[in-house]
Amino acid sequence: MACDRKGHGMSNTPIDRIAAGTPQGVAKRVRGLSDRAIAWIFIAPTIFLLLAVNIFPLIWTIRLSFTNFRVNRPNRDVEWVGLRNYERILNDSDIWSTMQATAHFLFWTIAIQVLIGFTIAYLINKKFRGNDLWTTIIVFPMMLSPAVVGNFWTFLYQPQIGLFNYVVAFFTGADPASFSMIGDVHLAPWAIVIADTWMWTPFVMLICLAGLRSIPDSIYEAAECDRASKWRQFWTITIPMVLPFLMLAVLFRGIENFKMFDLVVQLTGGGPGNTTTLTSIDLKREAFEKWRTGYSSAYAVVLFVTVFGLASIYVKALNKVKER
Amino acid sequence: MTGFIGGLFRFRRGPWEMLATILIALGVFMLMQPFVMVLYTYSFIVTLIGTVMFIIVSHFPE
Repeated sequence: MACDRKGHGMSNTPIDRIAAGTPQGVAKRVRGLSDRAIAWIFIAPTIFLLLAVNIFPLIWTIRLSFTNFRVNRPNRDVEWVGLRNYERILNDSDIWSTMQATAHFLFWTIAIQVLIGFTIAYLINKKFRGNDLWTTIIVFPMMLSPAVVGNFWTFLYQPQIGLFNYVVAFFTGADPASFSMIGDVHLAPWAIVIADTWMWTPFVMLICLAGLRSIPDSIYEAAECDRASKWRQFWTITIPMVLPFLMLAVLFRGIENFKMFDLVVQLTGGGPGNTTTLTSIDLKREAFEKWRTGYSSAYAVVLFVTVFGLASIYVKALNKVKER
Repeated sequence: MTGFIGGLFRFRRGPWEMLATILIALGVFMLMQPFVMVLYTYSFIVTLIGTVMFIIVSHFPE
């Protein structure tokens, strides 16, 4: 660099040109600041936004969860009720059944999506003609709005005219009008699992595909030289190297499905009865239909702690897998 | 097992994180199981203890 000994010399590097263009007043002020202070100035807006958008609402929600505040009656005196909201939530059998409905939805959507998504990614990863076209076609459901997907799956599930019932009838020989996926208490939880799987399996497939394409061919070639069978290559090379990607997909889908709302509301509205009422739907009803703000804040805190705890152990497991 | 208990007494991260993980997993299972209501009632406190413990012990030395 063409600078003099004090570092004030002129040169033609872009940094020096920008420095030369800085107004004298500003340059003087900035020169008086330490690197640490300048770093703080740069990250301060982000920290401020984070505090305003994430941390403050969280702390405010925790505070409200100990009160009987109702947002539709802002002028009423707010009473401090201690742990009463939490007691009521954790002794409410209806909320307990929404937790079970959520667990059913979470477990089966993630299990089926990972299984099908990985299988499709494994097949798409093979070199064949029209590979890219098929990838685009498979990814198509993911691009739709969940409300739209929920809406057209209600048509597919119609007992009289729905295509889904006719396909099932074709394979089982049952009468298409003899069952209703949305109206039956035993079938409705599976109806939302199928619709979500149809929509989000391509997402899992894409992540798995990224993992599969990141495996160098040389590893398989070395395994071939060692005369490892395809089965052994699959279990000792493919699966361990795709595992961090799979775990990421499970994390994303788990968090997304824990707060699943629009698709299920559009598809079943939480019914029949409460069989497909997931926690997010129930929470929305408590907060914005019954207007029990304090109570629903406590409900939100319970869900937050659950998701946060699960995400913590999951990220730890993910880091361990990546270290291997 | 002896190493695990020793690690707990010496405030090492590994065993304490393991304990916190077990508590969180147990709490989530209790929250979503369809068998016993009492387990559901105490699920939140178990998950909360596990989560807070996890945050604290992740600052312990290895």
